[in-house]
Amino acid sequence: MEKTINISLKIWRQRGPKAKGAFETYKLDGVSTDSSFLEMLDQLNEQLIAKGNEPVVFDHDCREGICGMCSLYINGHPHGPDEDITTCQLHMRKFRDGETITIEPWRSHGFPVIRDLMVDRSAFDKIIQAGGYVSVNTGGIPDANAIPIPKPVADMSMDAAACIGCGACVAACKNGSAMLFVSAKVSQLALLPQGKVEAARRAKAMVQKMDELGFGNCTNTGACEAECPKNISITNIARLNREFLSAKIKD
Amino acid sequence: MSTDKNTKTIVAKVPEGALSEKWSNYKAHQKLVNPSNKRRLDVIVVGTGLAGASAAASLGELGFNVLNFCIQDSPRRAHSIAAQGGINAAKNYQNDGDSVYRLFYDTIKGGDYRAREANVYRLAEVSNSIIDQCVAQGVPFAREYGGLLDNRSFGGAQVSRTFYARGQTGQQLLLGAYSALSRQVHKGSVKLYTRREMLDLVVVDGKARGIIVRNLVTGKIERYSAHAVVIGTGGYGNAFFLSTNAMGSNGSAAWQVYKKGAYFANPCYAQIHPTCIPVHGESQSKLTLMSESLRNDGRIWVPKKIEDAQAIRAGKLKPTEIAEEDRDYYLERRYPAFGNLVPRDVASRAAKERCDAGYGVGSGLAVYLDFKDAIERLGKDVVEARYGNLFQMYEKIVDDNPYETPMMIYPAIHYTMGGVWVDYELQTSIPGLYCIGEANFSDHGANRLGASALMQGLADGYFVLPYTIQNYLADEIRTPRISTDLPEFVDAERKISDRVERIMSIKGKRSVDSLHKQLGHIMWDFVGMGRNKEGLLKAIDDIKQVKKEFWSNVFIPGEGLDLNTELEKALRLADFIEIGELMARDALHREESCGGHFREEFQTPEGEALRQDDKFNYVACWKYLGEDKEPAMIKEELNYEFVKVQQRNYK
Repeated sequence: MEKTINISLKIWRQRGPKAKGAFETYKLDGVSTDSSFLEMLDQLNEQLIAKGNEPVVFDHDCREGICGMCSLYINGHPHGPDEDITTCQLHMRKFRDGETITIEPWRSHGFPVIRDLMVDRSAFDKIIQAGGYVSVNTGGIPDANAIPIPKPVADMSMDAAACIGCGACVAACKNGSAMLFVSAKVSQLALLPQGKVEAARRAKAMVQKMDELGFGNCTNTGACEAECPKNISITNIARLNREFLSAKIKD
Repeated sequence: MSTDKNTKTIVAKVPEGALSEKWSNYKAHQKLVNPSNKRRLDVIVVGTGLAGASAAASLGELGFNVLNFCIQDSPRRAHSIAAQGGINAAKNYQNDGDSVYRLFYDTIKGGDYRAREANVYRLAEVSNSIIDQCVAQGVPFAREYGGLLDNRSFGGAQVSRTFYARGQTGQQLLLGAYSALSRQVHKGSVKLYTRREMLDLVVVDGKARGIIVRNLVTGKIERYSAHAVVIGTGGYGNAFFLSTNAMGSNGSAAWQVYKKGAYFANPCYAQIHPTCIPVHGESQSKLTLMSESLRNDGRIWVPKKIEDAQAIRAGKLKPTEIAEEDRDYYLERRYPAFGNLVPRDVASRAAKERCDAGYGVGSGLAVYLDFKDAIERLGKDVVEARYGNLFQMYEKIVDDNPYETPMMIYPAIHYTMGGVWVDYELQTSIPGLYCIGEANFSDHGANRLGASALMQGLADGYFVLPYTIQNYLADEIRTPRISTDLPEFVDAERKISDRVERIMSIKGKRSVDSLHKQLGHIMWDFVGMGRNKEGLLKAIDDIKQVKKEFWSNVFIPGEGLDLNTELEKALRLADFIEIGELMARDALHREESCGGHFREEFQTPEGEALRQDDKFNYVACWKYLGEDKEPAMIKEELNYEFVKVQQRNYK
């Protein structure tokens, strides 16, 4: 049987990057506990639109936890209180009847607010563009099985590659550091023979770009790992530091 | 493209020669563009999914000046990222009898003999290069302990040819293409335009020369020009409102080019995926797929006794309490040769058949996918290693532990095989306009096999389009950069601004979503898994009502010249309504059952799809003739030269 709850929502509304924002409070009744958090926001927006108001703007797309488009700071946690999931996978059964839920955008120097809960994460693209790839062109490559890769190494690379680029790590970090994001890509590629060739150069280029874009330093608080919806490990940061150091030594 | 005026049939420009030599012959004789001329040629690529990103990256590497557009904040968000299970290739690493021919044959057969032989053969031929390419990019595919690549099985095949990266293959392949694309952005050969939505195609002197887009942050309408335009914007499954597609996935770019003269082929071929999480209620915004790879080890069943099914629905009985002999493993019963690994259309219809007969579980519209035997046979650890992330995803959504109690699944709209018509070169019926990936109609016939969408997207983008587009661009080397001040651009922009203005000024009472849901119900009820003449006629009428309601009673808050998410949805819905009507029209005209198109009037005594090869062995190409005019249908006859057309048999 469908169960419903009534909730209050305290939501950050902000017209643009330079505008002053503020919390607005909304009441929402009859929310099915089977619905997802974003379906609850859809329901709120339908209610706002019915009254002729503008909906709350938030980023979302796949709604199955893989595209990395959804964000939201919910009750003080990136992607909400449940573990190992993105906001779109969060369900209303995790909330109580009568509860007030506070929703904010990612707050970080690197991610300016565009409108309400929508932020600009193009800095992540710029970091990848600086070196987050293996420099191969299409075609002219060896057979896929030409280089055997030990299964544990491939698995470790896959663990790092699972990053969805959502930015929760930056939002969770008191320094606004992007080290977990950068280290995940550096590790994924440095672990594989195909990416090893450029590992040091890649690490240096990506870290330089990260610094240039105004992300903060890493002080090993571990908040990023704790809030990462994909469980990306901070051991990747150690690997990034090794690659970065080796690039510096070569200079 | 050329149209024979007398017979009204379409010529697909398939090269001469034996099947296995066509692509080699084409490449040996096509025109190429020399390096210094490439720099002077602009190519617009719309979309950054597997097809769009791989095409933009490859064209950039070759030296073309590429403009690449996406609606999301980053190219890495494109919906290809959500593909879970894997990608097919004819490597035959497992020594289980695979070959290029067998992959070709399985794809043709899986598509129920409604695809173009030469295209499908080429797809199978380049499949192996895709795997090589992805590994070279650092895609962490699953490996065996010996260090070599692992494979799994997918529906419609008796070999293990599917390469995978856990349950996130689409993500890893897309990130590979995205990294190649990012490298070209860094180099300066590709310029990225994110949060931009194409709203029209600009045609100058009969050739595709540019696009009109809406900047989704500012609301401004912008013009971009190029020597050629490539559409890689995915499918139109969201016409059903509820589907496994992302919220932003839409058919608008395909629809715009249709309205500018490109043919729309086989719109009624939509794939209904058998293993999705069932609908929970009216507030549902989308459906979540559970990968087909689960059918490797999961067994699908419903209770054998109708009273057991009733007791389960009433909450008086648990599935684990049903004895083995009281379970109906209906796929294994009906299709012993392929069992749980029959193609998607077959598995979906079989689930519907059981539920319609009263054996459904959950709300009545669900069947079980059970891992009990797999866990007993392999151990929980192995099952977890194979499907852990999918089990976790299921548990988060449904709040039920699939290791202990069987999953509940039901079919949902997943993919559209129909799309913009293209010839062998992936060129549409508008010169200079190309269409790649799910957005085109080309390779899957009436039903796509699992793990073939990733293969086709990357085949088109990495290994086909970068060749074939040069055959066109070689004749454009004397064309200077196109000015966006040409009257065609001015006119197109004005029409789009007027359209936005018109939608904004309706100021009615209905929200976009409420209208979209209304359309979705019509589509699912009458243009879904089972279709018939009466229902389709009703659907066309009902859709016309939705269209009328939309254009007289939709309400969009805010301004047109501003960030406006409701306006974005409204512009897409306006197109979905028209796409839905064309889907129904195409389904009505095709008086046969094939693949994902099941006309209830045309079935074998056992309830299998019954094709009418003498009447319908063609691609239905719809040509736009104007607002509120019925479109014309032109046929591309499918002449099977190499494969013997027969009834599909998975028994």
